[in-house]
Amino acid sequence: MSNAFTDLLAEKGTLLADGATGTNLFNMGLMSGDAPELWNTDEPQKITKLYRFAVDSGSDLFLTNSFGANAARLKLHDAQARVHELSRVSAELAREVADTAGRKVLVAGSVGPTGEIMEPVGTLTHALAVEMFHETADGLKAGGADIGWLETISAPEEYRAAAEGFALAGLDWCGTMSFDTAGRTMMGLTSEGMVDLVHGLDNTPLAYGANCGTGASDLLRTVLGFASKGGTLPIISKGNAGIPKYVEGHIHYDGTPELMARYAIMARDAGASIIGGCCGTLPEHLVAMRAALDSTEKGPAPTLEQIAEEIGPFSSDSDGTDGNGPTRGPRRGRRRA
Amino acid sequence: MSEEDDIILSELDDEELVQQMFDDLYDGLKEEIQEGVNILLERGWEPYDILTKALVGGMTIVGADFRDGILFVPEVLLAANAMKGGMAILKPLLVETGAPRVGKMVIGTVKGDIHDIGKNLVGMMMEGAGFEVVDLGINNSVEAYLEAMEAEGPDILGMSALLTTTMPYMKVVIDTLVEQGIRDDYIVLVGGAPLNEEFGKAIGADAYCRDAAVAVETAKEWMGRKHNSAATA
Repeated sequence: MSNAFTDLLAEKGTLLADGATGTNLFNMGLMSGDAPELWNTDEPQKITKLYRFAVDSGSDLFLTNSFGANAARLKLHDAQARVHELSRVSAELAREVADTAGRKVLVAGSVGPTGEIMEPVGTLTHALAVEMFHETADGLKAGGADIGWLETISAPEEYRAAAEGFALAGLDWCGTMSFDTAGRTMMGLTSEGMVDLVHGLDNTPLAYGANCGTGASDLLRTVLGFASKGGTLPIISKGNAGIPKYVEGHIHYDGTPELMARYAIMARDAGASIIGGCCGTLPEHLVAMRAALDSTEKGPAPTLEQIAEEIGPFSSDSDGTDGNGPTRGPRRGRRRA
Repeated sequence: MSEEDDIILSELDDEELVQQMFDDLYDGLKEEIQEGVNILLERGWEPYDILTKALVGGMTIVGADFRDGILFVPEVLLAANAMKGGMAILKPLLVETGAPRVGKMVIGTVKGDIHDIGKNLVGMMMEGAGFEVVDLGINNSVEAYLEAMEAEGPDILGMSALLTTTMPYMKVVIDTLVEQGIRDDYIVLVGGAPLNEEFGKAIGADAYCRDAAVAVETAKEWMGRKHNSAATA
């Protein structure tokens, strides 16, 4: 299968993705609680500026401002009827920025989680989830996105539903999950579990990986987990620029550009070939990451000790892949058959 | 399933039954929990004792294993659902018998935040620990929080946010409480995956709770302090 994404990845070997959307929009005046997606039509010049941050910082691809552009989330803002439109416009604005970049830059149509829990534990049905993802993917495709980009997913069921939504829309896709709970996703999936999930799909993504979570160290550990499981698809690494702190009335992530540059190198060494940031990653971080990736050769995979020493401590001792994770105590009664 | 694997709850003595209910809660078996609650009632247990010894006891194990990364959200939701099945039987009886109240909490996600999985878990675990919980749902404005607190008179306000774009709104709510001079009337707990302790302090919350189990522990601890200061005041 060949498309703009696989072509550019084959040509360059490593792609620099983009940084934060929310953090950057805040710095442009987005108010807490407002839907960023409404700015696609209300403040298009600011969204264009957001996209230019990534392009001007050296990104090979950037995500559209459509993370929450699904029916479940836009309903909060009485905009559930505008899913297709807001998705389309997010990609159209991006297309314009990418096509005038003076080099090849890809538009990746961001698709975030529905925010609901799927059956059987929750109430969202598979069919409805597929329909929601399909709608967003359709809009992104109509706006000219090169690829769909699923991110911050916790539940395997939701990842599967999105894969079907992209298939229905006929949009190639990549998809990352968020490993924020003791090294696993909120629903308990390990990095190794995700490799099995991804490679077992009918509509496999062009690349898979991790984004957001709890800081760059944990993300690197997750990438090592992907690599050691030995999948065949390219790996994406989009970590947060440190952890959030509240400074003078706004959120500030404590990771420096130097730290994120080091993170980028280590992510590539660990086995990732699409590398970017997530929350807190500003243009200056991306510039440092670009320079670092361009000025060094790929080295051997870092050890967990090296990661902890250079990037910072992990949020948990185990991520559930080393057999050393905590286990439940002895049962008190008899197990039911 | 062989005959000897079958567990007949009514044949277990009280102690064995409570132990079995711990396991059944852990495994999210709602019908079995309801049956266990009814058996204990028939044996003359006080509703409050069933709540604290069987249900809260069992949910404490679930909470600890969630905190320690042994159980994850799907298992905890099932356990909480089983607990709720038992609570549905006990609730009216608890009111009738005038059982002591552990505390009351108003909880909701802040404006713009639809992500209520964590908030729901906290609500369920708090109920599992015997607290009365008023759930405001998602997307709450300052006004919605204030109105509910006025109407409900809770001990605790719980706020949750998952997104970088909604986290600062918690400070908006707390600042408003300060302005109105009612901040110290409540214990304010905040939570959400991207938050941390330092963030909680910086926005003026009493505590940041990493997960639902920690929220329960923290709530109990602060309620204890509140009682102590009330006793010495």
